[in-house]
Amino acid sequence: MNAATLPSHLIGADPAEKDFLLAVESLTVSFDGFKAVNDVSFYVDPNEIRVIIGPNGAGKTTVLDLICGRTKASSGSIKYKGQELTKLSESAIVLAGVGRKFQTPSIYDDLTVFENLEISYPRGRSVFGALTFKRDAQVRDRIEEVASMIFLKDQLLERAEFLSHGQKQWLEIGMLLIQDPELLMLDEPVAGMSVGERIKTAELLNEIIKGRSVLVIEHDMKFVEDIAHRVTVLHQGKVLSEGSMERVKNDPKVIEVYLGH
Amino acid sequence: MTRSTPKTIVNDNPFMKPMEWVSLALLVGVIFILLPMLLDAFRLNLVGKYLTYSFVALGLVICWGFGGILSLGQGVFFGLGGYLMAMYLKLEASSVENTKIQSTPGIPDFMDWNQITELPWFWKPFTSLPFTLIAVLVVPAFFAFVIGTAMFRRRVGGTYFAIITQAIAAILTILIVGQQGYTGGINGITDLRTLHGWDIRTDSAHNILYFVNAGLLVACILFAQAVKKSKLGRILLAMRDKEDRVRFSGYQVASFKTFAFCLAAVFAAIGGAMFTLQVGFMSPSFVGIVPSIEMVIYAAVGGRLSLFGAVWGTLLVNWAKTTFSESFPELWLFGLGGLFILVVLAFPNGLAGIYRTYVEPRLTRRVKALEPAPAVALSHAAE
Amino acid sequence: MFGDYSLGDLGAIFAMQGFAGLILFSVYVLMALGLAIIFGQMGVINMAHGEFMILGAYMTYLCSNFFQTQLPALFPAYFFIAMALAFLASGALGMLVEWALIRHLYKRPLDTLLATWGLSLILQQAYRSIFGAREVGVELPSWLIGSVQVTDTIEIPINGMFVMAITTLITVGVALLMYRSRFGAQVRAVVQNRAMAGAVGIDTERVDRLTFGLGCGIAGIAGSAFTMVGSTGPTSGQLYIVDTFLIVVFGGAASLLGTIASAFSISQTQSTLEFFLSGSTAKVLTLLAVVGILMLRPQGLFTLKVRR
Repeated sequence: MNAATLPSHLIGADPAEKDFLLAVESLTVSFDGFKAVNDVSFYVDPNEIRVIIGPNGAGKTTVLDLICGRTKASSGSIKYKGQELTKLSESAIVLAGVGRKFQTPSIYDDLTVFENLEISYPRGRSVFGALTFKRDAQVRDRIEEVASMIFLKDQLLERAEFLSHGQKQWLEIGMLLIQDPELLMLDEPVAGMSVGERIKTAELLNEIIKGRSVLVIEHDMKFVEDIAHRVTVLHQGKVLSEGSMERVKNDPKVIEVYLGH
Repeated sequence: MTRSTPKTIVNDNPFMKPMEWVSLALLVGVIFILLPMLLDAFRLNLVGKYLTYSFVALGLVICWGFGGILSLGQGVFFGLGGYLMAMYLKLEASSVENTKIQSTPGIPDFMDWNQITELPWFWKPFTSLPFTLIAVLVVPAFFAFVIGTAMFRRRVGGTYFAIITQAIAAILTILIVGQQGYTGGINGITDLRTLHGWDIRTDSAHNILYFVNAGLLVACILFAQAVKKSKLGRILLAMRDKEDRVRFSGYQVASFKTFAFCLAAVFAAIGGAMFTLQVGFMSPSFVGIVPSIEMVIYAAVGGRLSLFGAVWGTLLVNWAKTTFSESFPELWLFGLGGLFILVVLAFPNGLAGIYRTYVEPRLTRRVKALEPAPAVALSHAAE
Repeated sequence: MFGDYSLGDLGAIFAMQGFAGLILFSVYVLMALGLAIIFGQMGVINMAHGEFMILGAYMTYLCSNFFQTQLPALFPAYFFIAMALAFLASGALGMLVEWALIRHLYKRPLDTLLATWGLSLILQQAYRSIFGAREVGVELPSWLIGSVQVTDTIEIPINGMFVMAITTLITVGVALLMYRSRFGAQVRAVVQNRAMAGAVGIDTERVDRLTFGLGCGIAGIAGSAFTMVGSTGPTSGQLYIVDTFLIVVFGGAASLLGTIASAFSISQTQSTLEFFLSGSTAKVLTLLAVVGILMLRPQGLFTLKVRR
């Protein structure tokens, strides 16, 4: 039910003619000759939830790094709403509407939950803007709204370092949410969580992915099956298989390298 | 749940917390009232000199404590401020009348000694006081902007930045010492007399300059406090912690670092200019590596995250230096060296850290006992 | 600036200045090697590195005095013993400092910088108290004095050649140690993945201590060699510390070859410029060039592109 109908370009339409939110084409990056990502192409539709899976070292995180500008591509292109991202700086990519969550929770330990969220609030991002930023009702309401979504309403004034691991993950998701990105990239959002936290996170993700496209890296197959519209399998820097979870699961190539053991 | 709702607490983001007002009052009381009452003119002038260093320490709190950028070249900016001020004062002291025994009257004496017969072009605008005052602020800021932009855009930080700023301090010192005819060389620019006709060498002038200096210092502290309280202050802290996260929240990290570095440079330059006015000379010995690092220790002793601590740290270390080097000159370097090691190993947050760990909890307990409604402050970040 | 000299003169000048540059290069390389090991491999900024070097110089001075007065027969060979002693003294002090100070600060590199600066102040004052504030020089054995006449205008001092020979030996030795020995492999393993290195049974604390000691010991040898070309004072080390750091950074930390290439280019530039301009201008121009290049290319001359 969650698996969407097959995207038109797989049926035969010309990719260039369709309005993809994200179009990654022949993306390659090499580190001293080692190609961590090798000629990878895939397309993400608006409102699509795409999960990238693959064994360790397949290049999953590197793909996210490339999209958000943390790593510069050796060749290939990344088009987001028709705009080439490979030439933009990291902050410009964020401003274009791409948000990214890191693998390990990346939050500001010394600041409170409220302040963590406030920094991500999309206003006052220039030096002068930050200097004159006012914490007005609009900001506070939005932060409280997001805080209740991520189950941290009662922790707003706590220093972030005292949160549990799962709460830190939620906080980072909240920080992304407040940016309101059109493309949300999550790197292993449920890694290291307890069963209870995992269920809540799945709920949370199902809530926040409404109205935007999401690119998720995840190892937890149960979780992937729950949320994925489509799955892209990476192996040794290349796309091994792509399609619905059902299709990917039955792909002999995938079974051989990944699911088979 | 018995917690108050976030809304009421979130509203509470005051410019300064009650304890910070107390710290400010204490500082103002000591430097404006207590010290002028207790000390003779000579000692007060000495304290005034120390206070000029605390401008540098204050800048380091912003740049190093909050932003995590350690500059080992703050002497460069202190020196720039001081030299630019000295250039104006020197030109005023080198009127044709005062220098008629020179082979070229009307130029500074050291130029005459070095067979320079005409005022160099970059000295000429310094006959104007407004130009000088603007230059004292703008030149160091521009310099810091260029260095900061070049380095932070290329993601140079941490130890590399420290080494490079240190090298810049070394270069500027060698340059000043080497270009005697233009800079006064190793002796610096000396024999400064009047500021726009007002003799700065008298006790009463020293007294007035002391209060001007103290006033500027308090103004800078308040400005720094405003920066700390703004979102920019929190972004600096966030950046120090998780630079990538800030970057991927849509901020240009390099601009924020450059801002912190420029602000520190401007503070240092104000200190330098006030130094020249109060002490009456400027020399390369306040520019190089050694004074630059020494000023870092002032901030470290006071507490690298505490604006007020920067001032107390500076006063304390310099008081110790004066006392020890008067009575046991040999021991002073051991003491200073030991202080570096002790602070770093045992008290990384300096005096302010000691105060917060041991004194403040007791104080707040008492305050709480007195007032039933405790002031809950939102920002614990800078502690 | 070349106008006043004939082509032959210029050739001789470049050769002589080139040789002078080579001696400077040797001292730089020896200083920088130790620093490159400590900074490049361990990420520790050792501001007291110059003082470790000066310790070696003072050891050599003591040795020279001792042999002169007590064992004049062995005086011609004293230098080799002095070098060994310099290495041991600086190395031992280095290991002590690592144990007492550095190991507590591995997570705070900027703090290490401040702490070692404090250490350098203490050492300077200690030297001043023990050896006096005046600079001291060593007596060279007769076989090291004099020079070899190459052509009419070019002559090369023997002590310079000796320093260069030592530098070459030490450099080769360090390269072998770091890239061919078991110890070197352990050091590199610890650098790349401390937790993993510990897990496979490498005593990472011991490796840290030995690495730091080795770097300081080489600084001691540098000091020993330094006595042959200059005199030693309590603050002589300070004069070299900025240059040496720039060399290491310019060469690209963690690259032995880069360190050598960068020491070579900096020392040659400086000594060639020195002949035509005043010493201070030459120094300013050289340092400015280095800082300028570093601003454009912060990773230094030789670095590997690695996955962040």
